[in-house]
Amino acid sequence: MEFLSKIFVDPFVDMVAYPDFFLQVLWEGLVSGILYSLIALGFVLIFRSSRIFNFAQGIMVVFAALTLVGLHEMGVPAWVSVALTLVVMFGLAFTIERVVLRPLVGQPDIILFMATIGITLFLIGFGELIFGGETKVMITEQLGIPTGRMRLDVFDGYISLEEKDLTAVAAAGTLVVGLLIFLNKTRMGRAIRALGDDHQAALSVGISLQTIWVLVWFVAGIIALVTGIAWGARANVSFALEIIAYKALPVLMLGGLESISGAIIGGLAIGLLEKLFELYWGQPLLGGNTETWFAYVLALIVLLFRPQGLFGEKIIERV
Amino acid sequence: MLYRTAGQFKTSYKKDQALFPVRQDATLLALILGLAWIVFPFMASEFAFQTLLIPVLVYSLAALGLNILTGFAGQLSLGTGAFMGVGAYACYKMITIFPEMNLIVAVLLSGFFSSIVGVAFGLPSLRIKGFYLAIATLAAQFFLVWMFEKVGWLYNYSNTGAIQVPNIDMFGVAVAGPLASSVTKYYFVLFIVTVVTVVMINLTRGTQGRIWKATRDMDIAAELIGINLLKSKLTAFAVSSYVVGVSGALFVFLWRGAAEPNLFDISLSFRVLFIAIIGGLGSIMGNFLGAILIVALPVVLNILPELFGIEIASATVEHLNIMIIGSLIIFFLIIEPHGLARLWALIREKLIIWPFPH
Repeated sequence: MEFLSKIFVDPFVDMVAYPDFFLQVLWEGLVSGILYSLIALGFVLIFRSSRIFNFAQGIMVVFAALTLVGLHEMGVPAWVSVALTLVVMFGLAFTIERVVLRPLVGQPDIILFMATIGITLFLIGFGELIFGGETKVMITEQLGIPTGRMRLDVFDGYISLEEKDLTAVAAAGTLVVGLLIFLNKTRMGRAIRALGDDHQAALSVGISLQTIWVLVWFVAGIIALVTGIAWGARANVSFALEIIAYKALPVLMLGGLESISGAIIGGLAIGLLEKLFELYWGQPLLGGNTETWFAYVLALIVLLFRPQGLFGEKIIERV
Repeated sequence: MLYRTAGQFKTSYKKDQALFPVRQDATLLALILGLAWIVFPFMASEFAFQTLLIPVLVYSLAALGLNILTGFAGQLSLGTGAFMGVGAYACYKMITIFPEMNLIVAVLLSGFFSSIVGVAFGLPSLRIKGFYLAIATLAAQFFLVWMFEKVGWLYNYSNTGAIQVPNIDMFGVAVAGPLASSVTKYYFVLFIVTVVTVVMINLTRGTQGRIWKATRDMDIAAELIGINLLKSKLTAFAVSSYVVGVSGALFVFLWRGAAEPNLFDISLSFRVLFIAIIGGLGSIMGNFLGAILIVALPVVLNILPELFGIEIASATVEHLNIMIIGSLIIFFLIIEPHGLARLWALIREKLIIWPFPH
């Protein structure tokens, strides 16, 4: 009985007894959830337009952040290095399309997936070779991101919000809205969606596969840069961040591989739930550090009931 | 001219189904086995045993296990590292609980534990398919490594949280632990790898192998012709995890000597997956070719600058290594997506008609 109450009663009692702590946990979960969503968004864009399961998205985040900081360390002003990083990300998108994707068109999914792991390894080696392997500090202040703390009084207590987290949330929101406008209202965006719906049909109305692929990888690169800045401001910039790339996988699976709203909702859900589980169940009962696997097990359980993810396209199989 | 199949007639079905329908293949294999069993042990230095020969064998076995699942039965797995861990920890627990146990028995038994875990995580494969299935094995990967860290019983509550291989004797000869010589370790690994490979070759070319291949090519169609998908997929998970578990036990007991939980993290899974894919999915020989490539590459890259007398900082060499391995993976995927095994098959076809291609 006591054991059961530890699982089913005590955590909830805690939540009600200390609502300010509960809100703080929710906020932390929300912030990391938004960053998961951003990485997952990059995945979804590439998956929709090319059916490539892009494992390199997480590394692109680190690579973008590393390029930004590295350029700044070489004496380039902060905003110029942002622009230069965007140029680098475009170059990367172009090179990947030319060198890797074009020769591999039409190969089985797993081969393309392996190729993106190859890209991942290449980027790790390349980034460390040029900018050095040591951990770097994100140039938060130089980019004009506030670094203070805000105190919000609630329920006889308070929650403390970091201003850079607020900035990250705002930036992520803007990015998502901008992306939705781009995908729904512009010519290029509609071409991307057309390619996602039906490759053959899109090709036959004159949409260029190559251009769209470069474009999609570039957009994924922009998303990676924003994520990189936001994440780098919270933790330092190093290739240890690649662990967040693995976190984006369950987010994707939970939301469905094709769905943009799925990526956002999946990211938020996983961010929130894994923080709650860790603090109310993981640390008291299981010895902590449950964040390493919770997201995967959650996604697995959801997939058992909905094999295509929450918002994915229904899988229709024909013989 | 050496490789001619002309004149080798098969006069019965039995001969047609033989393991080596072509005489030259059998000769070539005998040659390789002779090298592995007799020549290498006498020639190799301590360095070669520890950095080339034993790792190649261990990784080949792990890739073989993965290949049964991914290459033959078509179920993607990203959790190989953790299943190797299960084999290693199972072997460690058995050896510490029953110190008298024969190591061969312990290694072969440890595969069964990994097999049970593999089947448990394979159950979702009946409902979840394709890339979505990767999540099931990823869940296994992260959950199991977390267990290796948190469950003190698994590492006998040692302070470091790592497992140490004790000295193990077999018939009066030290085979594992700090006292064992590299040659005995090498022979031990070679013996197990040879036996398991022979069993797997026969398993994959028999009924079970055909059932797996049908499942891989299209599982609904396979179900329609009367294949029990539940049985087919779960046996694939069981057999694959068994082989992977055995390789994990060898990995720790006969090569590393000690293991921390993060040794079995996802980068190990990816290394094994690279070997299987670069070697060729759905091929037994490919695993060995892939393992030779992936294991030898960093060694060669480390030696090359010295040969040319170029001084490079060791950190730079390491970064270059990762970069070159990444590019080589892409390069090999582009020149032959079906892996080195297919490359060998092409060479073989060319050899048969050489030097008169028309």
